[in-house]
Amino acid sequence: MLNRVMGWFRTFFGTTSSSSVAKERLRLVLLSDHLALAPDVIEAMRRDIFEVISRYVEVDEAHSDVSFEHKDEGIAMLASIPIVSLKPREPEESSPKEETSVLETVSVNGHNSDNFGRRPRKRRRRKASGASQTAPAQ
Amino acid sequence: METQRIVTPPVDAPQLEIHAPPAPVESQKKPKTRGRTIVVTSGKGGVGKTTTTANLGVALAARGARVVMIDADVGLRNLDLVLGLESRVRYHVLDVLEGRVSLADALVRDKRVPTLYLLAAAQDREKDDVATDAMVGLVEQLRDEFDYVLIDSPAGIEMGFKNAIAGADEAIVVCTPEVAAVRDVDRVVGLLGNRINAQLVVNRIRPALVRKGKMLSVEDVNAILRLPLLGVLGDAADVIVSTNRGEPVALDEASATGAAYRAIAARIAGEDVAAPQAAEPDGFMDKLGSFFGGRR
Repeated sequence: MLNRVMGWFRTFFGTTSSSSVAKERLRLVLLSDHLALAPDVIEAMRRDIFEVISRYVEVDEAHSDVSFEHKDEGIAMLASIPIVSLKPREPEESSPKEETSVLETVSVNGHNSDNFGRRPRKRRRRKASGASQTAPAQ
Repeated sequence: METQRIVTPPVDAPQLEIHAPPAPVESQKKPKTRGRTIVVTSGKGGVGKTTTTANLGVALAARGARVVMIDADVGLRNLDLVLGLESRVRYHVLDVLEGRVSLADALVRDKRVPTLYLLAAAQDREKDDVATDAMVGLVEQLRDEFDYVLIDSPAGIEMGFKNAIAGADEAIVVCTPEVAAVRDVDRVVGLLGNRINAQLVVNRIRPALVRKGKMLSVEDVNAILRLPLLGVLGDAADVIVSTNRGEPVALDEASATGAAYRAIAARIAGEDVAAPQAAEPDGFMDKLGSFFGGRR
């Protein structure tokens, strides 16, 4: 009860207790520990994703980034894949646009990750490469 | 294990105050009740494994149970110190496993509680020197003689840990309200697998800090670990004092921590006792706070 009141108090004044920080950090690190996807499995999955996407568009694999992020109730896979050109759908439409756009998919298992009104989560980038031009998901 | 009773006193052994374990009662009549084998572990070091082992051993034995504690922290022997038995240790677990002395000779009887015994770790050896099979055999042998075989696991998840858990059916995992300790316990519980039934002791809780939001609460810790809670221990000065003296706090009738250890021992023994909560009256305001808010 007291803790709850203190919690409201802290929420109201915008301070976060260090125990809340500890809780959040623990939650994230344990999700990561539990995910325990072997690097080769992740790599195989990445290959397959690129293979599928490459059927439709030409992508810049060197500047792509596939990573995992912890969302409210689960783990999300974030893929930031720069598109070099659109592949012609039919043979006669042979004017590939040279613009570079970015395809980004966010899939969250569990709850709909509606971050509206919440503190924005920091987006973690493994490599600050060409993928940094991405627009925020959703 | 009557065969192990063959007394083979080493020629140059000094006169020791080591007794054979108590004879199993009516072992001829009824089938032997096998003792419980419990490993005390945590992953992270310094969270209070050895103190917990010592005090639960003492508390269980004080209830009349026959208890043997094995210090599995080969190379870093400490359980004897916490128990105040360091001057009585002559032989260690590897002396037994390697056949130099009999088990009866290596067991050190506690000076306060007559049904409590210690099998010390080797100090001048390494954890890899212990063969897992031999360790399991030793535990199996001991559980025929004792009601409880408590195994004090070393920190880490390597060979010493593996040897410590190999012969255990149950685990008491000790966790402090720190991120590193919780993460390590989470890992250790995963390694214990389904075979070993794990229960949680949360150590070094400071209720005043928890109320101020400066320390993870027991609920925070166990929201992550989701283990049956045996009990909570406060970060109390009497544990430090008792360790200084080599007198387990569980024997101190006046100590709140001692009472908590005794309650945990009662729970282990199957008594329907509430899990002890940390009591740490820091000051007047904290007492006031706990009076109104209920320190959970």
